[in-house]
Amino acid sequence: MNSTYGIVAVLVVALGTALIGAYGLRVSRTTSDFFVASRTVSPWWNASAIGGEYLSAASFVGVAGLIFAYGPDMLWFPVGYTAGYLVLLALVAAPLRRSGAYTLPDFAEARFGSPVVRAVASVLALGIGWLYLLPQLQGAGLTLHTVTGAPDWVGALVVAVVVTGNVISGGMRSVTFVQAFQYWLKLTAITVPLVFVVLAWHAQGARDLAAPSSPQFSRETSVSFDTSTTVHAEQPVAFTGTGVVDGARVDGPASMAVGEHTVAAGSRLTFPAGAPVPHVSTIERTTNEQWALPMRSGEQFPLYGVYSLIIATFLGTMGLPHVIVRFYTNPNGRAARRTTLIVLGLLGFFYLMPPLYGALGRLYAPELLMTGDTDAVVLVLPSRVVGGVGGQLLGALVAGGAFAAFLSTSSGLMVSLAGVLSRDVLRLRGVRGFRVSTVIAVLVPLAMSSLVGRVPVADMVGLAFAVAASSLCPLLVLGIWSTRITTIGAVAGMLAGGVPALAAGMVTISSGSGDAWYHAFLARPAAWTAPLGFVVMYAVSLLTPRRVPPGVNHVMVRLHAPENLGLRSQDRL
Amino acid sequence: MTGPHQPPAQRVVVTSPRTRAPRAPRPYPASREIDEQSELGAVYMRSLIRTQRRLGLLLCAVVCGALAALPVVFALVPRLSEQRLLGLQLPWLLLGVVVFPVLVLAGWFYVRQAERNEREFAELVERS
Repeated sequence: MNSTYGIVAVLVVALGTALIGAYGLRVSRTTSDFFVASRTVSPWWNASAIGGEYLSAASFVGVAGLIFAYGPDMLWFPVGYTAGYLVLLALVAAPLRRSGAYTLPDFAEARFGSPVVRAVASVLALGIGWLYLLPQLQGAGLTLHTVTGAPDWVGALVVAVVVTGNVISGGMRSVTFVQAFQYWLKLTAITVPLVFVVLAWHAQGARDLAAPSSPQFSRETSVSFDTSTTVHAEQPVAFTGTGVVDGARVDGPASMAVGEHTVAAGSRLTFPAGAPVPHVSTIERTTNEQWALPMRSGEQFPLYGVYSLIIATFLGTMGLPHVIVRFYTNPNGRAARRTTLIVLGLLGFFYLMPPLYGALGRLYAPELLMTGDTDAVVLVLPSRVVGGVGGQLLGALVAGGAFAAFLSTSSGLMVSLAGVLSRDVLRLRGVRGFRVSTVIAVLVPLAMSSLVGRVPVADMVGLAFAVAASSLCPLLVLGIWSTRITTIGAVAGMLAGGVPALAAGMVTISSGSGDAWYHAFLARPAAWTAPLGFVVMYAVSLLTPRRVPPGVNHVMVRLHAPENLGLRSQDRL
Repeated sequence: MTGPHQPPAQRVVVTSPRTRAPRAPRPYPASREIDEQSELGAVYMRSLIRTQRRLGLLLCAVVCGALAALPVVFALVPRLSEQRLLGLQLPWLLLGVVVFPVLVLAGWFYVRQAERNEREFAELVERS
């Protein structure tokens, strides 16, 4: 792939974001108050902004990569990301807006009036935010590596620097317009190339996507290995190339027998057209026909995995720190509902695209099954299917869109993380405190990303969702709909759900995928931690009836009464 | 009962409320009851919260329940996932395409219903 166009696209997106951010800085100085300004935002703009912030690296590259590798079970990721908004709409949207909370700790304080509940919510919001920020940075590294061949850490650093600069200058914060623009940019960047790819696929005879044969190299393909990789060949494969295979130096024609082989880092092997693709050992070897069926991804407890994913994404969406921030920009509870409805439509439309990338990737970019860089499938597919300059331009468009995804989600996360850090942890007020917090907020995941091995982007995001679903979701749902929740119950429930989920996530990230039977329960903890959080919060609350926060009825009026009644209880908002 | 001592029948004046005439405002409007956290205000609010909670939970139960049934169905009836409809295998068609308009429709229904509940609550409060 000619990298020039890609570099240009990424540069344009990064510079454009910085410029609009700087422009927004001037605007936001004249509009003295960000909150007041944003209340004039119409539901459509607001919904586009939410979509722009929410469609992250996981959505843009991760979902397609997972479907490409593991088949239709992974369709639950986009379904869950969207259905999460329906749950949020039905249970949280309007009351959350009426609570006047800007961050989750704000909600905890408004509802329970307790510094302890607030502190626990802050720590959890930070943990979830960092878990979510980490894969964004890794995804940026992957994108830049695929497009330009730069080492993985460069992309992470570029995103970190651009976003930090923007957030520190205060630009992104005030400009709903930037985020809204990012949604439409992302939608264009994923749709337009796909149209051309599908047309080209049709023109080339529309080969069956679920044929009963293993993935094959569609043409002579050179595969470069950046890390030492264990692959499994189903059939003997001949290849040429230079490098080290199974500890022996290869220079020229060679072949792989059936079985496991280790390819050393730096090897470059060329396979002839029609050769079956040896798979990296972590991906189940299936024919395309088996791959297209559910429950064939080779997980240990496929049904448990699917249900855990469903619970994590359906319930976790409402607990993500950057999602909640956006609700404050609605003028009232009614607009918050309408905005969420539009978001549902925008997300649903976007998520029609990634599965097609995944499926077509099996035909046109099967070598990613060999290197294990499955997240790159969105990035390489356009230039692989559409030839010539057109293909390269489309590839550049996708790369720019992917970069927009990292920038917008990371900025949203950084703003909300820095807000929590400065107010609840460092207790530094004012602009300076916010800036110091921003730097800390980005240094933590940068350090984490250098310590952590490669975990698929969408998997890591899944963990963030699991923690949110087990801790902050019970706090929001029970806090909004039940008057019986006590401060002790709220704290106990958040800890009982959040701590095991967080611990399971940390173990999975640091040790990678294991073969033990309990691995599935650690890698996808939500199915047991989320019910645990709900049950503990409610049960402990019933056991400590005296600790119901005073004035709970007053709070309930604020959360639920429609604004047009002109109640004095709501005047403060 | 007290048969023999029954008082003699009397004329009673029955009037219907003058529905067209503007009623005298209650000395204490319901919105004020809510504001001042009176027992009556709490009753009003509890009824609204109960209605909205029932709506939200019911919607989530129906939509998420239907979605959550799919993996079990696919696991129990493997042949179903090999069926093709419009050229797509059933799991792909349902989870990749159909589910999104269904979610939007469900959301639209919820917004309509929730706004109706709030309107009725507002009318109730303003009427009393």
